[in-house]
Amino acid sequence: MTDLAAGPESHVAFVRTTPAPHVARPPLPGGPLHWVRANLFATPLDGALTILVILLAWWTVPPLLDFLIFDAVWSGSGRDACLPSAQNPDPGACWAFVRTWFSFFIYGPYPLAERWRVDVFFALLVFGTAWMLWLDAPRRDLGAAFFFLALPTVSFVLLRGSTTIGLEVIDTALWGGLLVTLVVASVGIVVSLPLGILLALGRRSTMPAVRLLSIGFIELVRGVPLITVLFMASVMLPLFVPPAWSPDKLLRALVGIAIFASAYMAEVVRAGLASIPKGQYEAARALGLGYWRMLALVVLPQALRVTIPNIVNNTIALFKDTTLVFFVGIFDFLRTIEIARVDPAWATPVTSTTGYAFAAICYFVACHFMSRYATGIERRLAAGDRR
Amino acid sequence: MSERAAPGTAASASAVVDVPLWRRPRVRGIVYQAVLCLVVALLAWAAIANVSENLARANIATGFDFWNVTAGFDISQTLIPYSAQASTYGRAFWVGLLNTLLVAVLGIVLATVLGFLIGIGRLSHNFLVSKLCGGYVELIRNVPLLLQLLFWYNAVLKALPEIRESVALPGGGYLNNRGLFLPDPQIAGGGAVALALVAGIVLAIGFRALHERIGPLGRGRGRTVVSTLLVLVPPLATAVVVGVSVTFAYPEMGRFNIRGGLEVLPEFVALLTGLSIYTAAFIAEAVRAGLMAVPKGQTEAASALGLRRGAALRLVIVPQAMRVIVPPLTNQYLNLTKNSSLAVAIGYPDLVQIFTGTVLNNTGQAIEVVVVTMAVYLSLSLATSALMNWYNAWITPAER
Repeated sequence: MTDLAAGPESHVAFVRTTPAPHVARPPLPGGPLHWVRANLFATPLDGALTILVILLAWWTVPPLLDFLIFDAVWSGSGRDACLPSAQNPDPGACWAFVRTWFSFFIYGPYPLAERWRVDVFFALLVFGTAWMLWLDAPRRDLGAAFFFLALPTVSFVLLRGSTTIGLEVIDTALWGGLLVTLVVASVGIVVSLPLGILLALGRRSTMPAVRLLSIGFIELVRGVPLITVLFMASVMLPLFVPPAWSPDKLLRALVGIAIFASAYMAEVVRAGLASIPKGQYEAARALGLGYWRMLALVVLPQALRVTIPNIVNNTIALFKDTTLVFFVGIFDFLRTIEIARVDPAWATPVTSTTGYAFAAICYFVACHFMSRYATGIERRLAAGDRR
Repeated sequence: MSERAAPGTAASASAVVDVPLWRRPRVRGIVYQAVLCLVVALLAWAAIANVSENLARANIATGFDFWNVTAGFDISQTLIPYSAQASTYGRAFWVGLLNTLLVAVLGIVLATVLGFLIGIGRLSHNFLVSKLCGGYVELIRNVPLLLQLLFWYNAVLKALPEIRESVALPGGGYLNNRGLFLPDPQIAGGGAVALALVAGIVLAIGFRALHERIGPLGRGRGRTVVSTLLVLVPPLATAVVVGVSVTFAYPEMGRFNIRGGLEVLPEFVALLTGLSIYTAAFIAEAVRAGLMAVPKGQTEAASALGLRRGAALRLVIVPQAMRVIVPPLTNQYLNLTKNSSLAVAIGYPDLVQIFTGTVLNNTGQAIEVVVVTMAVYLSLSLATSALMNWYNAWITPAER
């Protein structure tokens, strides 16, 4: 090449005038065999691990599928259906038991004739949640007002009942199952978000008394197990108020959950507030906005937006923690399963496992989709940052 | 609007003075704080007044006199001598606290080992291993711990065979629905060996410190070998000199029960299994995040230096990842300690089950009992995070 570039007078021995023939490209290292070698048997250790995992799957997956699906009993009216018999010598999960008790798992001992009220509550909750979670929904401010103000009030009147509007009063001792789980979780969110924002602001405040009180509350609650907070709410709260008030069991548990959730939410919101550049605060001040207007118009909309994934993750943790109301005598979803699984009419060796499997599937599906949503939002926010 | 005159003009100095008192941020701040303190104090005062009135009406004693009263209830697992007839509520408190600490410490060790394996496994090049570890994390994290504990206890351990059909474990142990029965090691002269071990560890730490102070005393492996020898030789030498004998007291199968050996309660097994498996999933996530936080260039540089994957992980990646991993790891240790309170669901006699459960029910002194329990967990939390902060400062390489 350098010869050619040197000029026409230099001697050129050979210049090719016809294009070289096409040669098929060499085979890329591809195909299933290569994939297997690169991803499963790269080193001797990898190979051994692969074989170990395959063996593990061989030992666990088919029996699990047999138990959950192929050998499972899908219908029946009593324990006999799920006991070993001639056609089914080794019965799997007793789904007939779950089907029989299903409405108890959803409503608990809530009176049969009034269960439409629970259904309406579920519908309202789904509507409000969807409005809040769909980031491009119209009028999300209205949605927030609905979720944080209208929904709690309407739900309380609806579920509890009120003689003035002709709804029979139903004592909270009769609430149970999924209903209570959702009530506890949604009260936790509805209370903890505003309270958590206030606590987070308090913790970042320049006023020493406000800051110290906020830090003390947050660290105290985060340093102890939820179960002790619930015990505190359940045995100490009645002592703290005049005897005439005497809060009922569910309310005490809700107070405990709200206190606990607020402390954790405060830390989540604090991280969001910390991620807002100082310039945003200064710009808002320069525009002449006061403290609350600066927060409402400039800081919080940005801070809460980046915090959504963490808020959802916090909600997942809270949703799982609602099972702990079990200890203060509330019939939540898990408790109804605990009650049903010892029912003598369904006493079989597989009843407990079936009940737990059903509960695990329900919790898993709910939490899994929440965390998928959080990951999706995170990715979307990250994409927005890149632009 | 006149007080908003441009700074630097003659008007501004006097304008600041003209701002009414209630508009000055300092004054406002003081007023807000005074109001807040007043409200908190009023609430506290009202609560205390209500408490004393309620307690007087219900005829409940106050104070810690109950601490020295004979407890009168049995505890299924005691690490220190305890009897229902002779021991006090105070003794029961210590029994519960030690049981909590036992399960927390063992759980932390198991969860850390499992969590690191799974966290590293998730980043493995092996497709099956990474999918298996991912599936584990996803499944375990999304199911409530309480449900998992109930499952291990009621569906797994209670479903084990009865005593007569015990599963014989290799090495002379038995497993049945009453628990795990293991050979109990009886060590004669163990005290001296333990002392020598402590001395060896102190020597090794001293050697490392000296090494860092005055520069290399040995290169690479040499240093590790010397440290290991310093830890191992003193106890082994003591064992040879003193003549330690280890015998095992084997559990013996009787007609109706198993005698002798080390009995591990099924509640303990279930709690330890559940806590370790649950926390390991979260630790695995922390480990994965930490490993991914190390820039890819570090991995490439390590492999350019000719280090194999294992060596690269051990020498280059993990030391850098540790400072990212330690803070969330601390959180998980705290969570495990706090979650051990779920023991009450399956009846393992931990602090909450004994103290906040039985003692509270027997004495009715809710406030004292709950406050003491909270104080214990709070101090455990503070102690753990102080320890881990110190550890983090120790492992963080000096920044240039």
